[in-house]
Order: sequence, then structure tokens, then C-alpha cells
Amino acid sequence: MTATTAPRATTASTPTITRRRKPFSPVRALLYVFLTAMALGWIAPLALAFYASLRPYADTAEFGYMSLPHQLSFQYYKQAWDADLLKYFVNSLIIAVPSVLLVLFFASFVGFGISRYKIPGRKTLLIMFTAGNLLPPQVMVTPLYTIYRNIPVPEWLSSSGTLYDSYLGVILIHVAFQTGFCVFVLYNYMQTIPTELTEAALVDGAGVWRQYWQVILPLTRPALGALATLEFTWVYNDFLWALVLMSTGDKYPVTSALNNLRGQFFTDYNLLAAGSVLVALPTLIVFFVLQKQFISGLTLGANKG
Amino acid sequence: MTASPQINPKTDAPRTGPAPSSRTGPVRERRRLRRLTGRDIAVLSVLIGLPTLLSLLLVWGTTIASIGLSFTNYNGVTPPTWAGMRNYDIIVTIYEPFWRAVRNNVLWLGFLSLIATPLGLLLAVLLDRRIRFGRFYQSAFYMPVVLSLAIVGFIAQLVYSRDYGALNAMLGKTANPVDWLGDPSINIWAVLIAVGWRHAGYVMVLYLAGLKSVDPELKEAALIDGANERQTFFRVVFPVLRPVNIIVVVITVIEALRAFDIVYAINSGRNGLELLSVLVTANIVGEASRIGFGSAIAVILLLTSLGFVIAYLTQIIREDRR
Repeated sequence: MTATTAPRATTASTPTITRRRKPFSPVRALLYVFLTAMALGWIAPLALAFYASLRPYADTAEFGYMSLPHQLSFQYYKQAWDADLLKYFVNSLIIAVPSVLLVLFFASFVGFGISRYKIPGRKTLLIMFTAGNLLPPQVMVTPLYTIYRNIPVPEWLSSSGTLYDSYLGVILIHVAFQTGFCVFVLYNYMQTIPTELTEAALVDGAGVWRQYWQVILPLTRPALGALATLEFTWVYNDFLWALVLMSTGDKYPVTSALNNLRGQFFTDYNLLAAGSVLVALPTLIVFFVLQKQFISGLTLGANKG
Repeated sequence: MTASPQINPKTDAPRTGPAPSSRTGPVRERRRLRRLTGRDIAVLSVLIGLPTLLSLLLVWGTTIASIGLSFTNYNGVTPPTWAGMRNYDIIVTIYEPFWRAVRNNVLWLGFLSLIATPLGLLLAVLLDRRIRFGRFYQSAFYMPVVLSLAIVGFIAQLVYSRDYGALNAMLGKTANPVDWLGDPSINIWAVLIAVGWRHAGYVMVLYLAGLKSVDPELKEAALIDGANERQTFFRVVFPVLRPVNIIVVVITVIEALRAFDIVYAINSGRNGLELLSVLVTANIVGEASRIGFGSAIAVILLLTSLGFVIAYLTQIIREDRR
């Protein structure tokens, strides 16, 4: 995305790098107008949420959300923070970090295995994983609840003594569920990596594990980065599983706990806006930090070799 | 690391690995597996077996159990009793919210695939044209994607609120305000726009990544051959994007059938915002605890998804065979 000042190259010998942006034209101006209008419209709801979170309820109740502020403060953020939001953030990390790591590890290995070896039933495996991720989670809720209540787990892993109401239980269903999507993506991705590479490694005497760890995994890193971003936000943003599989409110991840800011009879939406902004913050940070890798990541997939 | 002696004889590369040692088992005749040692097979079995087991038990096992439960009366306390097809019968004939939920799920899928997804593709195509501030536009469109749908639901309430909402203020409807989320004849559309807001950005980023990976020479060749930009896109670029297209279709369908969080955050999925997923949860988790009945709705949702899933999987298999 850097502007070049080199003269426009017309010969085929200098293809893409030195080719300049097209000169300015009315069509192009229209393009910018359209994109800018769309982009502003896209940001507006978020900006509004942030703006609302800075204003006291009385102010917006009287003048509406689209009015000039009479008073701005971080009061609601303090209030949300005082509701022990930090604790729930930590809970979210306890669930999301192991889930994402396990999902990526398992999915990359399965993708590697079924794309490189003639494993019996590999097509069935691919179908099982991919289709499993497409099933509606609601179908699993009741039996899962029953199973979890009956699986004992050592005390140090779960204070309830069973998988129910434990972080491990929530992590396991995330892993089981999300691995499906990642297997599908990574399988497709790895198929674009030339088999000569693993064959060369094989010639060098590398076993399955080394082919996976030293040859395929480094080449898959961009896709893994992209999937890590996606999976982190998905697991972090989930509230169904925690709601259904946990009973102790103190263990809830932050997305599920956000509902606590909702009063039983009266909801202060400005407080909820502040809570929403805080809850969205980690995913927004992940997004901005990993965005470059994310964008360049998926690109490697299609035209490898 | 043990080297296998069955190395492709055509490659003459120098052998730098350690000498072949522990070969276990007879030489396999299968094309690739014959080069595997016992240890290789152990690694493959364990690391593929574990996630397979998890998926079989927690995803597939529970799904099949739900199918079984859907033919019973079960309240979660007393043992289930056989009900045959009665739950299904009640759902399609008497249970009033059902058809509204079906309609909303269909609208959801239609809106995402006919409006939000093409919009995402359009944005991607526009952003792919070496424009200034590309990163800014891209970030703006993609930002909602990282938000949870529950949060999108909360934000939607700020925008759509009847009395204080930004939308009514912008449209100048403060005197005669529209209740965007409370009016059951329009609220589904208001929600769909919020959902599309998030979905289009997602689709855009996937396509943008795909477009950047298309070999520029391909486009240039098409242009030299006299194709205009439109033809180049639809005849050359779009077909090359096939892997992205598949992922986009999958995501669109998943989102439409799984939709739950946003309506749950707005009004728990009532009053015009019924969805199949909400009805399932309401019956299973709610006070009624009609687990058999809820499971039957879940099975209907499952069967709907299975239609898409099967269509899509046959696609993959065909693809793979090529």
C-alpha cells in the first residue's frame, strides 16, 4: 500500500511492483466518496456506543443519543470496573487461551495427517470434523449437561468434582467444536503446500512428527495466525456454553457476565455501553495487533508453488 | 527420528538423516503409509485419535442423544417416557412460535447470502484496487467482526431505541418515533441490518485476502486478451477464488442457522424475533424444562442444517477427487 513515484511502466517486464495507481478520474473520486461514506457509516455505531458510555443516563434520556454532551465522564467505566470485571476477564483468558492452543494444535495435526498420508477413512474424518462444526450447538446442550454431571474430575481441576461447572468442561467443548472448522481450513491450506517439500524431508530422514513440526507447521504459520485471531475472538465472544455448562456466576467469562450489568427492572444502557466497550476492547486489540498478519496470512493459501 | 528405508528411488538427494534403525511391521503396500515406521503410526494415531474422540463424544454423541430424546417426554427429573412423534406433531400444528421462527431463520439466510455477502465481496473488490487509505477502510469494515453478537445486540439498542435512539434522531422522527426493535413487523429487519453490518466485514476480509493472492499476471493476461474488467473478474478472478467462495458459503450458512446471541441480547428472542435456536433454549433451559419437546425443535434445526451440510460435503468430496 505504498505510493510509488516511479513513472508508469507499460512493459510486461516490470509487472506489478512499479505499476502506479491509476491517475485521478471522476470514477475514482466516486469510489472514494462511496468508500468513505460506507466506512464512516460502519464506524458510527461503535463511536455512538463509546460516546454514550461517557454520558450520564439523565443526559441521554433527556436529549437522546444524538445530542451534544452536557457532561462527559468515565464514571460508567469505573462503575463497570467496580463490578469485578477484571475477574471475569481473567476467567475468559483461562478458557480462551488453552482452547485456542489446543484447537490449533489438534487441527493442524489432523489437517497435516489427512492431507499428507493415505490414512484409512481420512475422507470420513474430514467430513466428521467439518460437519460437526456446522451442527447447531443447541442440539448438544442437554446430553452434554448430563454427561458433564456424571464425569468425575479431580478436585484441583474443578471445585465441583465433575466436568459440569468447570473451566475444563467449557474448554473441552470449545476444542471439540472449533477443531472442526480449523481442520477444514488447514486441510485446504496444506493441500496447497507442494508434497515435494515433505518428500524432501522424508529423504532427509524426517519422521511424521518432524515433517509436521519442522516442515509443515512453519509454512502454515500465516494460516495459524489468522485462525488464532478468529478462534480467540470466537471463544472469547461465546456466551452460550458458559451459560449452559456453568452454574457458579463467579466463574463466568466476561461476555456471559456482561448481562450482570443489566438491572432486573431497569437497564442503564449507558452503563451497558461502557461494559460493552470494555468487553470488546481485548478483541479489538487482538484485531489491530494481528491484522497485518491476518491479511497477509490467508493470501499465501491460494497460489502456493 | 528414524529414517525409513523405503525412500523414493527417483530422488538422488544425499541422505543426511541417521541410518535406518527400528523398522517395525511388514512393509506396507499402501502408497504413502509404506514409508511409516511404528513410531510414526503411533504419533499419527494418538494425535488424530484424540481430537476425533472428543468430536465423536461431545459433538456427535450428544447430537445423536438429542435425536433420541426428541421422541420422549422428559423433564430432566423423572425418567423419560416414550412419546413417538407427538412432539413433532405438536410443533408443526399447535406450537405457534415455530413457523415464525422458521420464517425468521429463512430471512436471515436470505439476507446474509443475497445482501451482506455480495456487499462484502463488493467492498473487497473495491479495496483491492490499490487505493489510498486502504488500511483505514479495511479496518473500518472489519472492526465489527471481532465483536460478539451479544455486544452487537447492545449497540443495536442504542441505535434503534425508540425514544433516545440515534436512528430516529437522524431521520428526524422524534415527534412520531418508530419503535425499530419493538414493532414485530419490522424488528427482524432492524436486527438483520445489524447482523449484516458484522457479516459483510467478515466476508470482505476473506475475499480481500483471496484477491490479493490471485496472480496479477492472470488478470493482465485476460486484459491483454481483450476482456474488460468485469469479464476479467467474473470469468477469471472469481473462479480462481473458489476456495474462498467455499469458506464464505459455509460461514454464511453457519451464521444464519446458529443465530442466537443477538436476539437473545435484545429481547430474549420474542415478539417478532423468534429463532429456532431461541425456541430450543427456551424449552430446555427455561422454567418449562420440556427437554423432549425442545430436543425435537433442535432436531428440526439439525435436519435443516444437514441439507446444507450434505450439499456442501458432496462438493468437497467431488473437489477432492479431481
